[in-house]
Amino acid sequence: MSRILPLVAFLVLASLFGFGIWWNTQHDQTAIASPLINKPAPSFDLPVLGDPSRSVSKASLLGKPYLLNVFASWCIECVHEHPLLMTEVKSLGVDLVGYNYKDDPAEASAWIEQHGNPFTMIIADRDGRKAIDFGVYAAPETFLVDARGVIRYKRIGPITQDVIDREIKPAIAALAMEKR
Amino acid sequence: MIPELGQLALILALLLALAQGVLPIIGAWRGNATLMAVARPAAAGQAVFVGAAMAVLVYAFLTYDFSVAYVADNSNLALPWYYRITAVWGAHEGSMLLWVFILNVWSVALAAFSRQLPPAFLARVLGVLGLIGLGFVAFILFTSNPFLRELPMPVDGGDLNPVLQDPGMTFHPPVLYMGYVGFSVAFAFSIAALLGGELEQAWVRWARPWTNVAWGFLTCGIVAGSWWAYAELGWGGWWFWDPVENASFMPWLVGAALIHAQAITEKRGTLRAWTILLSLFAFSLSLLGTFLVRSGVLTSVHAFASDPRRGLYILCFLIVVIGGSLLLYAIRAPKVVGGKPFAVVSRETAMLIGNLMLTTAAAMVLLGTLFPLIGDALNLGKVSVGPPYFGFLFNLLMLPVVLLLPFGPYLRWGRGEAGTLKSVALRAGIAAIACAIAAAFFVDGKAKAIAGVGAAVWVCAGTLLYVAKRWREMPRGRRYPAEMAGMLFAHFGVGIFVVGVLLSESLSVERDVRLAPGQTETVGGFDFRFDGVTETTGPNWRADQGTVIVSRDGKTVATMHPQKRTYARGQVQTESAVDAGITRDIYVALGEPMDANDIEGAWALRLYHKPFIRWIWLGGLFMMLGGFVAAGERRFRAKRVATAESVAGTVESPA
Repeated sequence: MSRILPLVAFLVLASLFGFGIWWNTQHDQTAIASPLINKPAPSFDLPVLGDPSRSVSKASLLGKPYLLNVFASWCIECVHEHPLLMTEVKSLGVDLVGYNYKDDPAEASAWIEQHGNPFTMIIADRDGRKAIDFGVYAAPETFLVDARGVIRYKRIGPITQDVIDREIKPAIAALAMEKR
Repeated sequence: MIPELGQLALILALLLALAQGVLPIIGAWRGNATLMAVARPAAAGQAVFVGAAMAVLVYAFLTYDFSVAYVADNSNLALPWYYRITAVWGAHEGSMLLWVFILNVWSVALAAFSRQLPPAFLARVLGVLGLIGLGFVAFILFTSNPFLRELPMPVDGGDLNPVLQDPGMTFHPPVLYMGYVGFSVAFAFSIAALLGGELEQAWVRWARPWTNVAWGFLTCGIVAGSWWAYAELGWGGWWFWDPVENASFMPWLVGAALIHAQAITEKRGTLRAWTILLSLFAFSLSLLGTFLVRSGVLTSVHAFASDPRRGLYILCFLIVVIGGSLLLYAIRAPKVVGGKPFAVVSRETAMLIGNLMLTTAAAMVLLGTLFPLIGDALNLGKVSVGPPYFGFLFNLLMLPVVLLLPFGPYLRWGRGEAGTLKSVALRAGIAAIACAIAAAFFVDGKAKAIAGVGAAVWVCAGTLLYVAKRWREMPRGRRYPAEMAGMLFAHFGVGIFVVGVLLSESLSVERDVRLAPGQTETVGGFDFRFDGVTETTGPNWRADQGTVIVSRDGKTVATMHPQKRTYARGQVQTESAVDAGITRDIYVALGEPMDANDIEGAWALRLYHKPFIRWIWLGGLFMMLGGFVAAGERRFRAKRVATAESVAGTVESPA
């Protein structure tokens, strides 16, 4: 009997790990984002990239939903997701606002020049202070903010086709349903 | 084209691993010498092809081949060539490749240095190693291929994790893996013994040097990791009980227990099942370490959450390897009917107590490490246990070990003489108390420091007394056989380690201060003058570099340059400045500028005075040396002349 004991103990351990993997696939990304979901987006008033005399505030964006995409010229993953922003995301039917994060304005503009501009507007958070309120901890991240300024969805990490189909499209569809 | 050759080499390695894993074991089972003979060349061939894959990856890094996704993610044009080589194991895919390559190195070494092993036994051992290699090469090919192309090819790559851009850190993973993977040899020996029904009783003796060397490497890797955390993280701590550290510490503890259990089994023929079980545990915990670090089960942020396939694969692999071996153990473990009985006062009793403490400590660390996961499973919310749990329980468990250490060599196998022990205890005890009292005057009566000095002197005096005894009583040339010398080194190392830990923890002065250029702060009797911050650049980083002049009684002791580096991708990395010494370290880390608008240019600085902290790693190095020296014992290499003791153990195995 005692010789079976190590095996039994290990099987308990293994099922714990199995549970861990399952838990991660279920919870990981949303678990981190959860504190902000269904909370009002923090109020902000940030300058437009390349034109510091103009600024965009949270209030000025109220009234229709928009996607807020956090990017930076130093961010490698952003290059990977950018082609999708240029095509799929742009045609989702909501505004796409660029949030330039901890970046040099000249480098950011050059980066947009090189990779294309899918954004209706780009706001610049040079020192990353406001991003703390948004709970940003790495680029890229993407937020869906509804017409009343409430964060409805958050994606940490690059957007993929899968994410668009399985998460972003349903989230936008849900917003459209509420309107009716 | 070249990267595809790497992939091809891996596929060939996979096929050879399959051959190495299956044919020799069938051969040993059927008594077919031809099939058994496949083991050696297959092991060599697998090593050649995995080595070739490694070489291809190095080549891709050296030639900036950013069309390979792994190269693009982990290097860039500005990265110096030496870090481009070490970038090979800088992330998941490459480090798995390194893991297999080191497994191949061990297999080839085993094939080369085991001429004394019976062919059937060696065939089984190499077969088991082949199966492990098979699992890992398949893992690389199907879930973690480092040769995947990325098109269109990026103009420049990302960056090697700045954490790894440090000379000390470049060799930490390979050395650590030498230890982890090295336990696969002891594991394979045990499986071979279980498969073969232990017809060959001397296998424990042959397994011993391999276990010792693996443990030595693991010790070295842990010491390097601890030193790196101290120098780089900027907090001046040397051990944090975080999951990654624990993952390497658990096999170390079990490995230490295994070394001693193997000695008992070899000399006395008892505890055979326990020795087998410990070899299975040591390697299982190494695999578990790889799993915990690599699967994202514990650290769920970013890294692996994107690819649960890897976690799932490793889990299945673990179930096959660990579950399978434990099942084999349950069916075929030797029923110990004999062996020599244990006397109450004897060397084996002392070693058994040590064994139980070490394995309990490993179980305690495992429980603490998995606690957050258990919390999730039982729906307790996010819970975790920290240094207080580990620190308290670990010290408690190690207390008996430290108390027993000086007696180890004096105790005889099978019987002890209470008389000798009393005299040892008396002398070591008097030395320990005398030194502790003397130390009390220097450490302001701090109990922890006094205990540290007392415990260390107790261990070291006991060890040195035995060295002297051997010197007096034995003829030249027979005084210190390798096995004994290794044991004495390692035990002495424990003493050095204990004094380092307790003195540095109780006497350290750590101060976080705000200093403007020109200001001076006194910490631990040293005056630290801050001379401001200048900008400096390296090949792929720029840094704020502070200048701190350290002086004592007006005499300059050191000029220190702590840095705060910003790497290409924007990651920030502290480079603390350390002035090292035998009796103390002076440690300065640069924090943040107090305020961008502050005209004085003041910064937050961490100024530490850490007495005797170096002894922690010195003790570790002594233990490592002990492992390596003991492996050189000539008896381990002897042919099948079973010692009288090991034959006398009556073992009945269900064959």
